[in-house]
Amino acid sequence: MKVGVLSLQGAVEEHLNMVRKCGFEGIKVKTPGDLEKVERLIIPGGESTTIGKLAKIYGLDKAIIKRGQEGMPIFGTCAGMILLAREIQDSNQIRFGLIDILVERNAFGRQVDSFEADLEIKVLTGEPFRAVFIRAPYIKKTGSKVKILAKLDSKIVMAQQDNILVSAFHPELTDDLRIHKYFLSENY
Amino acid sequence: MIEKGTYRLKKGLAEMLKGGVIMDVVSAEQAKIAEEAGAVAVMALERVPADIRAAGGVARMADPKIIKEIMKAVSIPVMAKVRIGHFVEAQVLEALGVDYIDESEVLTPADEKYHINKHNFKVPFVCGARNLGEALRRIGEGAAMIRTKGEPGTGNIVEAVRHMRQVMDEIRKLKNMPKEELMSMAKELGAPFELLQEVAKNGRLPVVNFAAGGIATPADAALMMQLGADGIFVGSGIFKSKDPVKRARAIVEATTHYNNPEIIAKVSEGLGEAMKGIEISKIEAAARMQDRGW
Repeated sequence: MKVGVLSLQGAVEEHLNMVRKCGFEGIKVKTPGDLEKVERLIIPGGESTTIGKLAKIYGLDKAIIKRGQEGMPIFGTCAGMILLAREIQDSNQIRFGLIDILVERNAFGRQVDSFEADLEIKVLTGEPFRAVFIRAPYIKKTGSKVKILAKLDSKIVMAQQDNILVSAFHPELTDDLRIHKYFLSENY
Repeated sequence: MIEKGTYRLKKGLAEMLKGGVIMDVVSAEQAKIAEEAGAVAVMALERVPADIRAAGGVARMADPKIIKEIMKAVSIPVMAKVRIGHFVEAQVLEALGVDYIDESEVLTPADEKYHINKHNFKVPFVCGARNLGEALRRIGEGAAMIRTKGEPGTGNIVEAVRHMRQVMDEIRKLKNMPKEELMSMAKELGAPFELLQEVAKNGRLPVVNFAAGGIATPADAALMMQLGADGIFVGSGIFKSKDPVKRARAIVEATTHYNNPEIIAKVSEGLGEAMKGIEISKIEAAARMQDRGW
């Protein structure tokens, strides 16, 4: 299976490494043409405003929305989660709107407030997941079709709606492959 | 257990900036223009390097008022500069809550012998380097991101190219070096041995490496990316040009599509005049910013 990583800006290599470690071919996606070659897509962390603008210039935003609506699995981490959200608190920035959530950007604060924490994630077995939150967003509201997969205190930090998976943290900055394996599994 | 200020978090933010452009700004208004153009972060300053060079005198950390206004104006990360070795300016910036500190040769050094012990801070640091030894010394002191020094405020790419080539060349040499030669290499470069071993093993710096110092055009940015930079700092190049909005957008696009000459050609069209720039040999030795730092 060919797995695309949106490569407009952000932590692209880290996701490509995870994809390779899971035993799949990772492909950089910069254009709508690249997107046609892949069966799944990961949208990495980075700056959501930057990635959104760059996606729009060459029509990649529309292509992603179309593939997402057709059911292609898409996983967004941090900025990727913001871009996939339907609503972004106090912002009219570009988004793909494929998951019915309201997110707040930089919701835990600035970089000095960035943190690591152990997280219980519903779809994973074994020990808690060491989650890396960097100027992270969280989910303030979810629609009725959205499954909540992880919370930190009362804040939702991971969720799924059918083919769309989002996390507020960065599994690609750890050596723990479990979330990528979950997203890339045959019956995801 | 919740942990803050870990090295992984510090390095991690730089990793999120990869493939992006960080722009120097001197006001909230400029910061908004930069964000609107697609900058991944802004560097808050009182003067861009070209004006620091022109003004002369002692260049210091920016007024906290300007930094706070810029932090309020944009949602992207805000960086700010401190003088080399001036750990109190760094404490002030950490207290203000800036997202990254640049211990920078653009400002007048406060210490002629020692850099800041960057491990002491929760906020991450970026530092300039001309070669691998300098990069690894800064990382040894706790820097979580490296950039070439180039020659700031000149609009002349030649020094940034030299520094990026130098670092990449030394990394390539290390990769093929027998293990018994590494210690002598560490001595020669003045680099911490453990970090040198890590570079030899992985074939890259342990942190993100951006290009800075002299980038003025979309093609300059793409050149640095093709030479191996992880991303781009543009100092004077944007707001000292004729049409900052258009140029900023073009540099952002060229940085993403650095391997696509058609796109670089398209975005380079009709940008208006770039900053004038300075021939490096016309700068007297004492005014060369890249020689600051030890």
